[in-house]
Amino acid sequence: MSISLPADEPPRAGIAARLGGGAGPFVLGLPALVFLLLLFVGPVLRLLVLSVEGGDLAAYEKAVTDGLYLTVFWETFRIAAIVTAASIVLGYPVAYWLTTVSRTTAAIGFACILVPLMTSVLVRTYAWMVILGRNGIINRALRDWGLIDAPLPLLHNLPSVVIGMTHVLLPMFILPVYSVMVRVDRELLRAADGLGASGGQIFARVYFPLTWPGVLAGGTLVFIVALGFYITPALLGGGRIIMIANVIENQVQTLLDWRFASALSMVLLLATLAIQAASSRVQAPRG
Amino acid sequence: MAEAPGRRRWLGRALAGYAAFVLALLLAPLLIVVPISFSSARYLQFPPPGWSLRWYARYFADPQWIESTLVSLRVATGTTALALVLGTALAYSIVRGRYRGRRMVERLSTGPMIVPHIVIAIAIYGIFARLRLTGTEAGLILAHTVLAIPFVVSVMSAALRTVDPALEQAAMSLGVGRIGAIVRVTLPLIRPGIVSASILAFLSSFDEVVVALFLSGTTKTLPKQMFDNILVEIDPTIAAVSVLQIALVVVALAVVARFGARTVPR
Repeated sequence: MSISLPADEPPRAGIAARLGGGAGPFVLGLPALVFLLLLFVGPVLRLLVLSVEGGDLAAYEKAVTDGLYLTVFWETFRIAAIVTAASIVLGYPVAYWLTTVSRTTAAIGFACILVPLMTSVLVRTYAWMVILGRNGIINRALRDWGLIDAPLPLLHNLPSVVIGMTHVLLPMFILPVYSVMVRVDRELLRAADGLGASGGQIFARVYFPLTWPGVLAGGTLVFIVALGFYITPALLGGGRIIMIANVIENQVQTLLDWRFASALSMVLLLATLAIQAASSRVQAPRG
Repeated sequence: MAEAPGRRRWLGRALAGYAAFVLALLLAPLLIVVPISFSSARYLQFPPPGWSLRWYARYFADPQWIESTLVSLRVATGTTALALVLGTALAYSIVRGRYRGRRMVERLSTGPMIVPHIVIAIAIYGIFARLRLTGTEAGLILAHTVLAIPFVVSVMSAALRTVDPALEQAAMSLGVGRIGAIVRVTLPLIRPGIVSASILAFLSSFDEVVVALFLSGTTKTLPKQMFDNILVEIDPTIAAVSVLQIALVVVALAVVARFGARTVPR
Protein backbone atom coordinates (compact mmCIF):
# COMPACT_ATOMS: atom_id res chain seq x y z
CA MET A 1 0.00 0.00 0.00
CA SER A 2 2.53 2.56 -1.08
CA ILE A 3 0.17 5.14 -2.53
CA SER A 4 -1.55 7.22 0.10
CA LEU A 5 -4.22 9.83 -0.34
CA PRO A 6 -2.99 13.41 -0.52
CA ALA A 7 -3.69 15.48 2.57
CA ASP A 8 -5.97 17.88 0.79
CA GLU A 9 -8.40 15.29 -0.46
CA PRO A 10 -10.56 16.33 -3.33
CA PRO A 11 -14.25 16.26 -2.37
CA ARG A 12 -15.63 12.75 -2.62
CA ALA A 13 -19.12 12.15 -3.83
CA GLY A 14 -21.89 10.29 -2.10
CA ILE A 15 -22.32 7.38 0.22
CA ALA A 16 -20.37 5.03 -2.03
CA ALA A 17 -17.14 6.88 -1.46
CA ARG A 18 -17.74 7.04 2.25
CA LEU A 19 -18.48 3.33 2.37
CA GLY A 20 -15.25 2.48 0.61
CA GLY A 21 -13.12 5.06 2.31
CA GLY A 22 -12.59 3.92 5.87
CA ALA A 23 -13.85 0.41 6.37
CA GLY A 24 -12.34 -0.92 3.17
CA PRO A 25 -12.88 -4.30 1.55
CA PHE A 26 -14.34 -5.94 4.63
CA VAL A 27 -17.54 -3.91 4.34
CA LEU A 28 -17.94 -4.99 0.71
CA GLY A 29 -17.98 -8.61 1.80
CA LEU A 30 -20.55 -8.01 4.49
CA PRO A 31 -23.78 -8.38 2.49
CA ALA A 32 -22.73 -11.79 1.17
CA LEU A 33 -21.46 -12.77 4.60
CA VAL A 34 -24.76 -11.90 6.25
CA PHE A 35 -26.63 -13.64 3.43
CA LEU A 36 -24.63 -16.86 3.90
CA LEU A 37 -24.94 -16.73 7.69
CA LEU A 38 -28.73 -16.36 7.46
CA LEU A 39 -29.46 -18.78 4.64
CA PHE A 40 -26.63 -21.31 4.91
CA VAL A 41 -24.91 -21.45 8.29
CA GLY A 42 -28.04 -20.66 10.32
CA PRO A 43 -30.30 -23.26 8.70
CA VAL A 44 -27.59 -25.96 8.93
CA LEU A 45 -26.99 -25.16 12.62
CA ARG A 46 -30.76 -25.36 13.12
CA LEU A 47 -30.58 -28.95 11.87
CA LEU A 48 -27.91 -29.63 14.47
CA VAL A 49 -30.23 -28.27 17.16
CA LEU A 50 -33.19 -30.27 15.83
CA SER A 51 -31.11 -33.45 15.90
CA VAL A 52 -30.59 -33.22 19.68
CA GLU A 53 -34.11 -32.03 20.46
CA GLY A 54 -35.36 -33.55 23.67
CA GLY A 55 -31.91 -33.30 25.16
CA ASP A 56 -30.63 -36.73 24.24
CA LEU A 57 -28.75 -38.35 21.41
CA ALA A 58 -31.41 -40.95 20.63
CA ALA A 59 -31.59 -39.95 16.96
CA TYR A 60 -27.83 -40.42 16.57
CA GLU A 61 -27.99 -43.70 18.45
CA LYS A 62 -30.58 -44.92 15.97
CA ALA A 63 -28.49 -43.67 13.03
CA VAL A 64 -25.33 -45.51 14.05
CA THR A 65 -26.72 -48.67 15.69
CA ASP A 66 -29.80 -49.60 13.62
CA GLY A 67 -28.67 -52.20 11.11
CA LEU A 68 -30.83 -50.72 8.35
CA TYR A 69 -29.11 -47.33 8.45
CA LEU A 70 -25.67 -48.82 9.00
CA THR A 71 -26.20 -50.76 5.80
CA VAL A 72 -27.19 -47.59 3.96
CA PHE A 73 -24.10 -45.75 5.26
CA TRP A 74 -21.86 -48.64 4.29
CA GLU A 75 -23.46 -48.84 0.83
CA THR A 76 -23.08 -45.07 0.37
CA PHE A 77 -19.36 -45.19 1.21
CA ARG A 78 -18.85 -48.23 -0.96
CA ILE A 79 -20.52 -46.59 -3.97
CA ALA A 80 -18.56 -43.36 -3.43
CA ALA A 81 -15.31 -45.37 -3.25
CA ILE A 82 -16.08 -47.35 -6.41
CA VAL A 83 -17.03 -44.18 -8.30
CA THR A 84 -13.83 -42.46 -7.13
CA ALA A 85 -11.69 -45.42 -8.19
CA ALA A 86 -13.43 -45.55 -11.58
CA SER A 87 -12.89 -41.81 -12.05
CA ILE A 88 -9.16 -42.19 -11.34
CA VAL A 89 -8.73 -45.12 -13.71
CA LEU A 90 -10.74 -43.46 -16.49
CA GLY A 91 -9.70 -39.86 -15.88
CA TYR A 92 -5.98 -39.88 -15.09
CA PRO A 93 -4.82 -41.07 -18.53
CA VAL A 94 -7.24 -38.68 -20.25
CA ALA A 95 -5.90 -35.71 -18.26
CA TYR A 96 -2.35 -36.73 -19.18
CA TRP A 97 -3.25 -37.20 -22.83
CA LEU A 98 -4.74 -33.68 -22.90
CA THR A 99 -1.35 -32.25 -21.86
CA THR A 100 0.40 -33.96 -24.77
CA VAL A 101 -1.79 -32.99 -27.73
CA SER A 102 -2.05 -29.88 -29.89
CA ARG A 103 -4.20 -26.94 -28.84
CA THR A 104 -6.95 -27.81 -31.31
CA THR A 105 -7.16 -31.44 -30.22
CA ALA A 106 -7.13 -30.37 -26.57
CA ALA A 107 -9.96 -27.89 -27.27
CA ILE A 108 -12.08 -30.71 -28.73
CA GLY A 109 -11.21 -32.88 -25.75
CA PHE A 110 -12.26 -30.17 -23.32
CA ALA A 111 -15.54 -29.69 -25.18
CA CYS A 112 -16.22 -33.42 -24.62
CA ILE A 113 -15.60 -32.86 -20.89
CA LEU A 114 -17.22 -29.46 -20.33
CA VAL A 115 -20.50 -30.05 -22.21
CA PRO A 116 -21.40 -33.07 -20.04
CA LEU A 117 -20.10 -31.28 -16.91
CA MET A 118 -22.43 -28.33 -17.45
CA THR A 119 -25.40 -30.42 -18.57
CA SER A 120 -27.99 -31.09 -15.89
CA VAL A 121 -27.53 -34.25 -13.82
CA LEU A 122 -31.15 -35.01 -14.62
CA VAL A 123 -30.57 -34.99 -18.38
CA ARG A 124 -27.54 -37.25 -18.01
CA THR A 125 -29.36 -39.63 -15.70
CA TYR A 126 -32.32 -39.75 -18.08
CA ALA A 127 -29.93 -40.61 -20.92
CA TRP A 128 -28.66 -43.62 -18.96
CA MET A 129 -32.24 -44.73 -18.32
CA VAL A 130 -32.81 -44.64 -22.08
CA ILE A 131 -29.64 -46.66 -22.67
CA LEU A 132 -30.00 -49.25 -19.88
CA GLY A 133 -33.78 -49.56 -19.50
CA ARG A 134 -35.89 -52.68 -20.14
CA ASN A 135 -36.74 -51.38 -23.58
CA GLY A 136 -33.57 -49.36 -23.70
CA ILE A 137 -31.04 -49.17 -26.46
CA ILE A 138 -28.79 -51.99 -25.25
CA ASN A 139 -31.62 -54.43 -24.64
CA ARG A 140 -33.23 -53.58 -28.02
CA ALA A 141 -29.98 -54.10 -29.84
CA LEU A 142 -29.24 -57.41 -28.11
CA ARG A 143 -32.77 -58.64 -28.88
CA ASP A 144 -32.64 -57.50 -32.50
CA TRP A 145 -29.39 -59.37 -32.96
CA GLY A 146 -30.99 -62.44 -31.42
CA LEU A 147 -28.52 -62.61 -28.56
CA ILE A 148 -31.14 -62.56 -25.80
CA ASP A 149 -34.82 -63.51 -25.50
CA ALA A 150 -35.82 -61.52 -22.44
CA PRO A 151 -34.48 -58.06 -21.58
CA LEU A 152 -31.50 -58.04 -19.24
CA PRO A 153 -32.02 -56.22 -15.93
CA LEU A 154 -29.45 -53.51 -16.56
CA LEU A 155 -31.21 -50.83 -14.55
CA HIS A 156 -32.05 -50.56 -10.86
CA ASN A 157 -28.87 -52.19 -9.62
CA LEU A 158 -25.46 -51.21 -8.29
CA PRO A 159 -23.63 -51.14 -11.65
CA SER A 160 -26.20 -48.78 -13.21
CA VAL A 161 -25.93 -46.35 -10.29
CA VAL A 162 -22.12 -46.52 -10.42
CA ILE A 163 -22.11 -45.93 -14.18
CA GLY A 164 -24.48 -42.97 -13.90
CA MET A 165 -22.57 -41.38 -11.03
CA THR A 166 -19.18 -41.90 -12.64
CA HIS A 167 -20.48 -40.25 -15.80
CA VAL A 168 -21.61 -37.25 -13.76
CA LEU A 169 -18.44 -36.95 -11.65
CA LEU A 170 -15.62 -37.91 -14.06
CA PRO A 171 -15.27 -34.36 -15.49
CA MET A 172 -14.87 -33.04 -11.93
CA PHE A 173 -11.88 -35.36 -11.54
CA ILE A 174 -10.22 -34.67 -14.88
CA LEU A 175 -10.12 -30.86 -14.55
CA PRO A 176 -8.12 -30.54 -11.28
CA VAL A 177 -5.74 -33.33 -12.32
CA TYR A 178 -5.16 -31.64 -15.67
CA SER A 179 -4.44 -28.29 -14.03
CA VAL A 180 -1.71 -29.93 -11.92
CA MET A 181 -0.31 -31.89 -14.86
CA VAL A 182 0.18 -28.87 -17.13
CA ARG A 183 2.41 -27.30 -14.48
CA VAL A 184 4.76 -30.30 -14.29
CA ASP A 185 8.20 -29.31 -15.53
CA ARG A 186 8.99 -31.52 -18.53
CA GLU A 187 12.70 -31.05 -17.93
CA LEU A 188 12.44 -33.23 -14.82
CA LEU A 189 11.14 -36.12 -16.91
CA ARG A 190 13.90 -35.59 -19.44
CA ALA A 191 16.47 -35.53 -16.66
CA ALA A 192 15.17 -38.82 -15.26
CA ASP A 193 15.28 -40.27 -18.77
CA GLY A 194 18.83 -39.04 -19.24
CA LEU A 195 19.85 -40.68 -15.97
CA GLY A 196 18.69 -44.01 -17.36
CA ALA A 197 15.31 -44.45 -15.71
CA SER A 198 12.83 -46.62 -17.57
CA GLY A 199 9.41 -45.31 -18.59
CA GLY A 200 7.81 -47.13 -15.69
CA GLN A 201 10.34 -45.72 -13.22
CA ILE A 202 9.87 -42.18 -14.52
CA PHE A 203 6.15 -42.55 -14.02
CA ALA A 204 6.29 -44.17 -10.58
CA ARG A 205 9.07 -42.07 -9.07
CA VAL A 206 8.78 -38.71 -10.81
CA TYR A 207 5.54 -38.09 -12.69
CA PHE A 208 3.01 -39.71 -10.38
CA PRO A 209 4.38 -38.08 -7.18
CA LEU A 210 4.34 -34.71 -8.96
CA THR A 211 0.74 -35.12 -10.09
CA TRP A 212 -0.48 -36.73 -6.86
CA PRO A 213 -1.84 -33.42 -5.44
CA GLY A 214 -4.21 -33.24 -8.41
CA VAL A 215 -5.33 -36.84 -7.94
CA LEU A 216 -5.90 -36.18 -4.26
CA ALA A 217 -7.87 -32.97 -4.90
CA GLY A 218 -9.95 -34.46 -7.71
CA GLY A 219 -10.48 -37.77 -5.91
CA THR A 220 -11.57 -36.03 -2.72
CA LEU A 221 -14.00 -33.84 -4.64
CA VAL A 222 -15.53 -36.82 -6.43
CA PHE A 223 -15.76 -38.83 -3.21
CA ILE A 224 -17.46 -36.18 -1.10
CA VAL A 225 -19.87 -35.14 -3.85
CA ALA A 226 -20.70 -38.81 -4.42
CA LEU A 227 -21.47 -39.28 -0.70
CA GLY A 228 -24.31 -36.77 -0.96
CA PHE A 229 -25.78 -37.96 -4.27
CA TYR A 230 -29.54 -38.04 -4.51
CA ILE A 231 -30.84 -37.87 -8.10
CA THR A 232 -28.85 -40.65 -9.74
CA PRO A 233 -29.51 -43.34 -7.09
CA ALA A 234 -33.16 -42.24 -6.92
CA LEU A 235 -33.69 -42.72 -10.66
CA LEU A 236 -31.17 -45.39 -11.69
CA GLY A 237 -31.38 -47.30 -8.40
CA GLY A 238 -35.15 -47.63 -8.69
CA GLY A 239 -35.62 -48.04 -4.93
CA ARG A 240 -33.18 -50.94 -4.74
CA ILE A 241 -30.02 -48.92 -4.35
CA ILE A 242 -30.52 -46.49 -1.50
CA MET A 243 -27.93 -43.94 -0.52
CA ILE A 244 -27.98 -41.79 2.58
CA ALA A 245 -29.39 -38.74 0.74
CA ASN A 246 -32.39 -40.82 -0.36
CA VAL A 247 -33.07 -41.81 3.23
CA ILE A 248 -32.83 -38.18 4.39
CA GLU A 249 -35.28 -37.10 1.67
CA ASN A 250 -37.68 -39.87 2.64
CA GLN A 251 -37.50 -38.97 6.34
CA VAL A 252 -38.40 -35.36 5.58
CA GLN A 253 -40.94 -35.70 2.77
CA THR A 254 -42.75 -38.91 3.70
CA LEU A 255 -42.14 -39.71 7.36
CA LEU A 256 -41.85 -36.07 8.51
CA ASP A 257 -39.23 -37.18 11.04
CA TRP A 258 -37.16 -34.02 11.13
CA ARG A 259 -35.20 -35.07 14.14
CA PHE A 260 -33.89 -38.25 12.58
CA ALA A 261 -33.39 -36.59 9.18
CA SER A 262 -31.33 -33.90 10.94
CA ALA A 263 -29.21 -36.49 12.74
CA LEU A 264 -28.54 -38.36 9.49
CA SER A 265 -27.67 -35.04 7.81
CA MET A 266 -25.19 -34.21 10.58
CA VAL A 267 -23.52 -37.61 10.26
CA LEU A 268 -23.25 -37.14 6.48
CA LEU A 269 -21.93 -33.60 6.95
CA LEU A 270 -19.41 -34.70 9.55
CA ALA A 271 -18.14 -37.49 7.30
CA THR A 272 -17.82 -35.03 4.42
CA LEU A 273 -15.92 -32.45 6.46
CA ALA A 274 -13.67 -35.09 8.04
CA ILE A 275 -12.68 -36.46 4.63
CA GLN A 276 -12.08 -32.96 3.32
CA ALA A 277 -9.89 -32.13 6.34
CA ALA A 278 -7.98 -35.42 6.17
CA SER A 279 -7.31 -34.96 2.47
CA SER A 280 -5.88 -31.49 2.97
CA ARG A 281 -3.43 -32.89 5.54
CA VAL A 282 -2.15 -35.80 3.50
CA GLN A 283 1.38 -35.28 2.24
CA ALA A 284 2.48 -36.22 -1.20
CA PRO A 285 4.19 -39.62 -1.25
CA ARG A 286 7.94 -39.45 -1.64
CA GLY A 287 9.15 -40.53 -5.04
CA MET B 1 16.52 -42.45 -25.03
CA ALA B 2 16.23 -45.38 -22.73
CA GLU B 3 13.43 -47.02 -24.63
CA ALA B 4 12.95 -48.04 -28.19
CA PRO B 5 11.08 -45.38 -30.14
CA GLY B 6 8.78 -48.07 -31.52
CA ARG B 7 7.50 -49.00 -28.10
CA ARG B 8 7.04 -45.37 -27.20
CA ARG B 9 4.96 -44.73 -30.32
CA TRP B 10 2.85 -47.76 -29.53
CA LEU B 11 2.25 -46.45 -26.00
CA GLY B 12 1.30 -43.06 -27.39
CA ARG B 13 -1.27 -44.62 -29.71
CA ALA B 14 -2.70 -46.76 -26.93
CA LEU B 15 -3.05 -43.67 -24.76
CA ALA B 16 -4.78 -41.71 -27.54
CA GLY B 17 -7.14 -44.63 -28.16
CA TYR B 18 -7.97 -44.94 -24.47
CA ALA B 19 -8.57 -41.19 -24.14
CA ALA B 20 -10.82 -41.18 -27.22
CA PHE B 21 -12.77 -44.09 -25.75
CA VAL B 22 -13.31 -42.34 -22.39
CA LEU B 23 -14.26 -39.04 -24.04
CA ALA B 24 -16.71 -40.90 -26.27
CA LEU B 25 -18.24 -42.50 -23.17
CA LEU B 26 -18.70 -39.04 -21.69
CA LEU B 27 -20.36 -37.62 -24.77
CA ALA B 28 -22.32 -40.62 -26.08
CA PRO B 29 -25.24 -40.50 -23.63
CA LEU B 30 -25.88 -36.87 -24.55
CA LEU B 31 -25.72 -37.64 -28.27
CA ILE B 32 -28.07 -40.60 -27.99
CA VAL B 33 -30.85 -38.38 -26.67
CA VAL B 34 -30.83 -36.35 -29.90
CA PRO B 35 -32.23 -38.96 -32.36
CA ILE B 36 -34.77 -40.10 -29.76
CA SER B 37 -36.10 -36.55 -29.45
CA PHE B 38 -36.76 -36.50 -33.22
CA SER B 39 -38.35 -39.93 -33.25
CA SER B 40 -41.82 -40.54 -34.65
CA ALA B 41 -42.36 -43.55 -32.39
CA ARG B 42 -44.71 -43.33 -29.45
CA TYR B 43 -42.35 -45.23 -27.19
CA LEU B 44 -38.61 -45.37 -26.89
CA GLN B 45 -37.25 -47.02 -29.94
CA PHE B 46 -33.72 -47.01 -31.20
CA PRO B 47 -32.91 -46.41 -33.94
CA PRO B 48 -36.15 -44.44 -34.47
CA PRO B 49 -38.52 -45.90 -37.11
CA GLY B 50 -39.04 -42.43 -38.58
CA TRP B 51 -38.51 -38.77 -37.89
CA SER B 52 -40.83 -36.09 -36.57
CA LEU B 53 -40.98 -32.98 -34.46
CA ARG B 54 -43.97 -34.21 -32.45
CA TRP B 55 -42.14 -34.29 -29.11
CA TYR B 56 -40.95 -30.72 -29.54
CA ALA B 57 -44.48 -29.76 -30.58
CA ARG B 58 -45.83 -31.43 -27.48
CA TYR B 59 -43.34 -29.58 -25.28
CA PHE B 60 -44.21 -26.20 -26.75
CA ALA B 61 -47.95 -26.90 -26.63
CA ASP B 62 -48.03 -28.10 -23.02
CA PRO B 63 -48.69 -25.24 -20.58
CA GLN B 64 -47.06 -27.23 -17.74
CA TRP B 65 -43.75 -27.57 -19.57
CA ILE B 66 -43.80 -23.96 -20.74
CA GLU B 67 -44.78 -22.59 -17.33
CA SER B 68 -42.04 -24.56 -15.58
CA THR B 69 -39.53 -23.38 -18.18
CA LEU B 70 -40.54 -19.78 -17.54
CA VAL B 71 -40.26 -20.30 -13.78
CA SER B 72 -36.74 -21.70 -14.25
CA LEU B 73 -35.72 -18.84 -16.53
CA ARG B 74 -36.96 -16.23 -14.06
CA VAL B 75 -35.40 -18.01 -11.06
CA ALA B 76 -32.07 -18.48 -12.86
CA THR B 77 -32.03 -14.82 -13.94
CA GLY B 78 -32.77 -13.63 -10.41
CA THR B 79 -30.17 -16.00 -8.98
CA THR B 80 -27.55 -14.80 -11.46
CA ALA B 81 -28.14 -11.15 -10.60
CA LEU B 82 -28.12 -11.69 -6.84
CA ALA B 83 -25.20 -14.13 -6.78
CA LEU B 84 -23.15 -11.92 -9.10
CA VAL B 85 -23.52 -8.82 -6.92
CA LEU B 86 -23.03 -10.61 -3.59
CA GLY B 87 -20.33 -12.97 -4.88
CA THR B 88 -18.26 -10.35 -6.67
CA ALA B 89 -18.25 -8.07 -3.63
CA LEU B 90 -17.28 -11.03 -1.45
CA ALA B 91 -14.51 -12.04 -3.84
CA TYR B 92 -13.19 -8.48 -3.76
CA SER B 93 -13.28 -8.54 0.01
CA ILE B 94 -11.35 -11.81 0.12
CA VAL B 95 -8.74 -10.89 -2.50
CA ARG B 96 -8.06 -7.29 -1.43
CA GLY B 97 -8.94 -7.44 2.25
CA ARG B 98 -6.29 -7.58 4.97
CA TYR B 99 -8.66 -8.00 7.89
CA ARG B 100 -8.58 -10.73 10.54
CA GLY B 101 -10.72 -13.76 9.83
CA ARG B 102 -10.30 -13.39 6.07
CA ARG B 103 -9.44 -17.11 5.80
CA MET B 104 -12.64 -17.98 7.63
CA VAL B 105 -14.63 -15.82 5.23
CA GLU B 106 -12.95 -17.56 2.31
CA ARG B 107 -13.82 -20.97 3.73
CA LEU B 108 -17.40 -19.92 4.32
CA SER B 109 -17.69 -18.72 0.72
CA THR B 110 -16.89 -22.20 -0.60
CA GLY B 111 -19.00 -23.95 2.05
CA PRO B 112 -22.11 -24.50 -0.07
CA MET B 113 -19.92 -26.37 -2.57
CA ILE B 114 -18.71 -28.84 0.09
CA VAL B 115 -21.80 -29.35 2.24
CA PRO B 116 -24.00 -31.99 0.54
CA HIS B 117 -26.86 -30.41 -1.38
CA ILE B 118 -29.40 -32.65 0.31
CA VAL B 119 -28.34 -31.16 3.67
CA ILE B 120 -28.56 -27.58 2.37
CA ALA B 121 -31.92 -28.42 0.77
CA ILE B 122 -33.61 -29.68 3.93
CA ALA B 123 -31.93 -27.00 6.07
CA ILE B 124 -33.34 -24.19 3.91
CA TYR B 125 -36.65 -26.03 3.48
CA GLY B 126 -37.04 -26.17 7.27
CA ILE B 127 -36.63 -22.39 7.54
CA PHE B 128 -38.61 -21.46 4.43
CA ALA B 129 -41.58 -23.59 5.42
CA ARG B 130 -41.94 -21.38 8.50
CA LEU B 131 -41.45 -18.18 6.54
CA ARG B 132 -43.96 -19.32 3.89
CA LEU B 133 -41.28 -19.01 1.23
CA THR B 134 -41.79 -22.51 -0.16
CA GLY B 135 -43.56 -22.58 -3.51
CA THR B 136 -42.37 -19.06 -4.33
CA GLU B 137 -39.90 -17.92 -6.92
CA ALA B 138 -38.32 -15.60 -4.37
CA GLY B 139 -37.59 -18.59 -2.11
CA LEU B 140 -36.04 -20.52 -4.99
CA ILE B 141 -33.89 -17.52 -5.95
CA LEU B 142 -32.60 -17.13 -2.39
CA ALA B 143 -31.78 -20.84 -2.05
CA HIS B 144 -30.18 -21.08 -5.50
CA THR B 145 -28.10 -18.00 -4.71
CA VAL B 146 -26.60 -19.84 -1.71
CA LEU B 147 -25.50 -22.59 -4.12
CA ALA B 148 -24.30 -20.17 -6.83
CA ILE B 149 -22.18 -17.86 -4.63
CA PRO B 150 -19.18 -20.29 -4.45
CA PHE B 151 -18.98 -20.42 -8.28
CA VAL B 152 -19.07 -16.64 -8.55
CA VAL B 153 -16.54 -16.17 -5.75
CA SER B 154 -14.05 -18.65 -7.20
CA VAL B 155 -14.24 -17.27 -10.76
CA MET B 156 -14.18 -13.64 -9.64
CA SER B 157 -11.35 -14.19 -7.13
CA ALA B 158 -9.23 -15.66 -9.91
CA ALA B 159 -10.12 -12.72 -12.15
CA LEU B 160 -9.42 -10.13 -9.44
CA ARG B 161 -5.98 -11.59 -8.74
CA THR B 162 -4.99 -10.65 -12.29
CA VAL B 163 -5.72 -6.96 -11.64
CA ASP B 164 -2.89 -4.90 -10.20
CA PRO B 165 -4.16 -3.20 -7.01
CA ALA B 166 -1.99 -0.21 -7.88
CA LEU B 167 -4.45 0.64 -10.66
CA GLU B 168 -7.27 0.91 -8.15
CA GLN B 169 -5.11 2.91 -5.77
CA ALA B 170 -4.16 5.27 -8.56
CA ALA B 171 -7.84 5.81 -9.32
CA MET B 172 -8.62 6.29 -5.65
CA SER B 173 -5.80 8.81 -5.29
CA LEU B 174 -7.56 10.75 -8.03
CA GLY B 175 -10.54 10.98 -5.73
CA VAL B 176 -13.11 8.52 -7.05
CA GLY B 177 -13.32 6.49 -3.83
CA ARG B 178 -13.09 2.75 -3.58
CA ILE B 179 -16.47 2.03 -5.14
CA GLY B 180 -15.72 4.44 -7.96
CA ALA B 181 -12.36 2.74 -8.57
CA ILE B 182 -14.00 -0.68 -8.62
CA VAL B 183 -16.77 0.37 -11.00
CA ARG B 184 -14.60 2.38 -13.38
CA VAL B 185 -11.30 0.50 -13.27
CA THR B 186 -11.59 -3.00 -11.84
CA LEU B 187 -14.87 -4.25 -13.25
CA PRO B 188 -14.07 -3.32 -16.87
CA LEU B 189 -10.78 -5.20 -16.51
CA ILE B 190 -12.45 -8.38 -15.26
CA ARG B 191 -15.33 -8.42 -17.74
CA PRO B 192 -14.40 -11.92 -19.00
CA GLY B 193 -14.66 -13.18 -15.44
CA ILE B 194 -18.08 -11.58 -15.09
CA VAL B 195 -19.28 -13.37 -18.24
CA SER B 196 -18.02 -16.75 -16.98
CA ALA B 197 -19.39 -16.25 -13.48
CA SER B 198 -22.81 -15.19 -14.77
CA ILE B 199 -23.12 -18.18 -17.02
CA LEU B 200 -21.98 -20.59 -14.30
CA ALA B 201 -24.47 -19.07 -11.85
CA PHE B 202 -27.28 -19.17 -14.40
CA LEU B 203 -26.70 -22.80 -15.36
CA SER B 204 -26.25 -23.90 -11.75
CA SER B 205 -29.73 -22.58 -10.97
CA PHE B 206 -31.35 -23.64 -14.25
CA ASP B 207 -30.15 -27.25 -13.73
CA GLU B 208 -30.72 -27.50 -9.99
CA VAL B 209 -32.99 -30.34 -8.84
CA VAL B 210 -32.46 -31.30 -5.20
CA VAL B 211 -33.34 -27.96 -3.60
CA ALA B 212 -36.19 -27.49 -6.07
CA LEU B 213 -37.64 -30.88 -5.06
CA PHE B 214 -38.25 -29.47 -1.59
CA LEU B 215 -38.96 -25.80 -2.29
CA SER B 216 -40.94 -25.94 -5.54
CA GLY B 217 -44.39 -26.79 -4.23
CA THR B 218 -46.77 -25.78 -7.00
CA THR B 219 -44.21 -23.40 -8.51
CA LYS B 220 -42.40 -26.11 -10.44
CA THR B 221 -39.03 -25.44 -12.02
CA LEU B 222 -38.13 -27.20 -15.25
CA PRO B 223 -35.87 -29.80 -13.54
CA LYS B 224 -38.61 -30.51 -10.98
CA GLN B 225 -41.14 -30.97 -13.81
CA MET B 226 -38.67 -33.29 -15.58
CA PHE B 227 -38.02 -35.28 -12.42
CA ASP B 228 -41.75 -35.81 -11.82
CA ASN B 229 -42.24 -36.82 -15.45
CA ILE B 230 -39.36 -39.29 -15.42
CA LEU B 231 -40.80 -40.96 -12.32
CA VAL B 232 -44.15 -41.46 -14.05
CA GLU B 233 -43.19 -42.33 -17.61
CA ILE B 234 -40.21 -41.96 -19.88
CA ASP B 235 -41.78 -40.46 -22.96
CA PRO B 236 -39.64 -38.79 -25.62
CA THR B 237 -40.88 -35.32 -24.59
CA ILE B 238 -38.17 -35.49 -21.93
CA ALA B 239 -35.66 -36.26 -24.69
CA ALA B 240 -36.79 -33.11 -26.52
CA VAL B 241 -36.46 -31.04 -23.33
CA SER B 242 -33.03 -32.61 -22.73
CA VAL B 243 -31.84 -31.67 -26.20
CA LEU B 244 -32.99 -28.08 -25.65
CA GLN B 245 -31.04 -28.02 -22.37
CA ILE B 246 -27.92 -29.49 -23.96
CA ALA B 247 -28.21 -26.87 -26.74
CA LEU B 248 -28.37 -24.17 -24.06
CA VAL B 249 -25.18 -25.53 -22.47
CA VAL B 250 -23.37 -25.61 -25.81
CA VAL B 251 -24.37 -22.01 -26.55
CA ALA B 252 -23.37 -20.94 -23.03
CA LEU B 253 -19.95 -22.61 -23.33
CA ALA B 254 -19.43 -21.02 -26.75
CA VAL B 255 -20.14 -17.63 -25.20
CA VAL B 256 -17.65 -18.38 -22.41
CA ALA B 257 -15.03 -19.52 -24.92
CA ARG B 258 -15.50 -16.33 -26.93
CA PHE B 259 -16.01 -13.70 -24.21
CA GLY B 260 -15.32 -15.41 -20.88
CA ALA B 261 -12.33 -15.95 -18.66
CA ARG B 262 -10.25 -19.08 -19.16
CA THR B 263 -11.84 -21.61 -16.85
CA VAL B 264 -9.18 -24.18 -17.60
CA PRO B 265 -5.55 -23.20 -17.15
CA ARG B 266 -3.45 -23.54 -20.27
